[in-house]
Amino acid sequence: MSMPFYVSPEQLMKDRADFARKGIARGRSVVAVQYGDGVLFVSENPSQALHKVSEIYDRIAFAAVGRYNEFENLRIAGVRLADMRGYAYDRRDVTGRGLANAYAQTLGTIFSSGGEKPYEVEIFVAEIGDEAADDQLYRLTYDGQVADEHGFAVMGGAADVVASYLKERYVDGSSLADALGLAVAALGHSANEKGDAADRIIPTGDLEVAILDRTRTRPRKFVRLRPARLHELLGDRGPAEHAPEPGVEPGAEPGADVDSADDTDPPPLAPPIA
Amino acid sequence: MADPRLPAAFLQPGSSSFSDFLAEQAPDLLPGRRAVPQGHAGDLAPHGTTIVAATFEGGVVMAGDRRATMGNIIAQRDIEKVFPADEFSVVGIAGSAGLAIEMVRLFQTELEHYEKIEGTTLSMDGKANRLATLIRSNLAMAMQGLAVVPLFAGYDLATDHGRIFSYDVTGGRYEETAFHSVGSGSLFARGSLKKLYRDDLDETGCVTAVIQALYDAADDDSATGGPDLTRRIFPVVQVITADGGRRIPDSAVAAIADEVIAGRMTRPDGPSAPLTGGAR
Repeated sequence: MSMPFYVSPEQLMKDRADFARKGIARGRSVVAVQYGDGVLFVSENPSQALHKVSEIYDRIAFAAVGRYNEFENLRIAGVRLADMRGYAYDRRDVTGRGLANAYAQTLGTIFSSGGEKPYEVEIFVAEIGDEAADDQLYRLTYDGQVADEHGFAVMGGAADVVASYLKERYVDGSSLADALGLAVAALGHSANEKGDAADRIIPTGDLEVAILDRTRTRPRKFVRLRPARLHELLGDRGPAEHAPEPGVEPGAEPGADVDSADDTDPPPLAPPIA
Repeated sequence: MADPRLPAAFLQPGSSSFSDFLAEQAPDLLPGRRAVPQGHAGDLAPHGTTIVAATFEGGVVMAGDRRATMGNIIAQRDIEKVFPADEFSVVGIAGSAGLAIEMVRLFQTELEHYEKIEGTTLSMDGKANRLATLIRSNLAMAMQGLAVVPLFAGYDLATDHGRIFSYDVTGGRYEETAFHSVGSGSLFARGSLKKLYRDDLDETGCVTAVIQALYDAADDDSATGGPDLTRRIFPVVQVITADGGRRIPDSAVAAIADEVIAGRMTRPDGPSAPLTGGAR
């Protein structure tokens, strides 16, 4: 065994954080928007089978960006935890806060343990209540930090660009059609070097949209919106355009190395174990 | 769960079956895994009784009476024994009530868990087989008098018609055509349906037929509850069509039950069937 070099703890953590952040920024963004009747999730994901947004329990949904195999593991663990708790106690005893806490502890432990590479994922956990004021939206980062978001949140890809677009236009308590229109426009928004808007219209078939809808009569409030319904809600938006570069969809190649052709800068190696 | 982190087993890819996961992680939560001392335990707990199901063009109906008995005692007069298993199926239970309700909860979670993990629902036969596995795991309890015998029905989206499955205590699974009944009053209910059931019944006709059958079961079986007119307690009726399952509101069931009872005021044995002729 070779002698490891000394690495300061600050540098070690910074390297790990950079590594995780880089992996997360490669994919495309997921947007969560609170609207009058619940929470809306939108992402640009051409795959119909590999979802970024999923149901966890009656009123709880999960969305993630980053490495597919890692967040898929977390999703399944969340479903197991929720179903186990709901079966052992009662359906009402499964809470988004409990789930967010379990995720945070898990991600935090993996991040700070020297052995494993940090998870390259970022997660939303949303839970709806009986009224809009009771809705909760948690954002969890690769290092186990939890943030309680209000109104809207964006993660992955060019999150800053999308978030600033939403910040200017978001209104509380909007209708589903308005919230969806805003979220889709935000995802298609980008600015060129001069700062001029270079927006594109994302084809309906490339959108993955799901809602937690409190107006549903069934206990399970999670619904995926199919392309036909999206057409109806979005109306005519003019000629659509697919994403310019295929980039790397986390869903496209589960478990594969996500290095894309245009990204020549190799990801930092996992720091040596001191 | 003292450790707030997700246990390692939760993060392991593997089975999409909730009951298999439970068997590994928390076997004490499974209904059939408890050791019961030797002897007959059947009289210690309430028993649920008659469940009836029948198909019609475009769907299936399941109904259950509201009585639970413990020997000669009526343990509960408004128990519910027919439950939605998921959006397109229902399960009704006869036998040891406590175990049966626990098994239904496990079965409901099992179907939902699979759907969430796999992103698609189980096939109708897949659901019926999962239920058979759960029943089989309860065999030891059944030998000691705590048997659970479900009736399972649903709308098969692949073949576009309603289907009914019956079970025995060993987990044997049998597909039934047209109609079936389980529980202590099932002989009378089935006899009644033999004379009342027709292939061309619509949804309301089918609901009326199963309510007639439950009335006949209650007429001759002391463990089956008839319509309770003073307390306005009527059977639980679930209908499943291509649009999904729904429970018929109590007011609608009450209206049909009142009609059935009005008919029996003049002919207590119910509607008469023609003596000859095979026309249905």
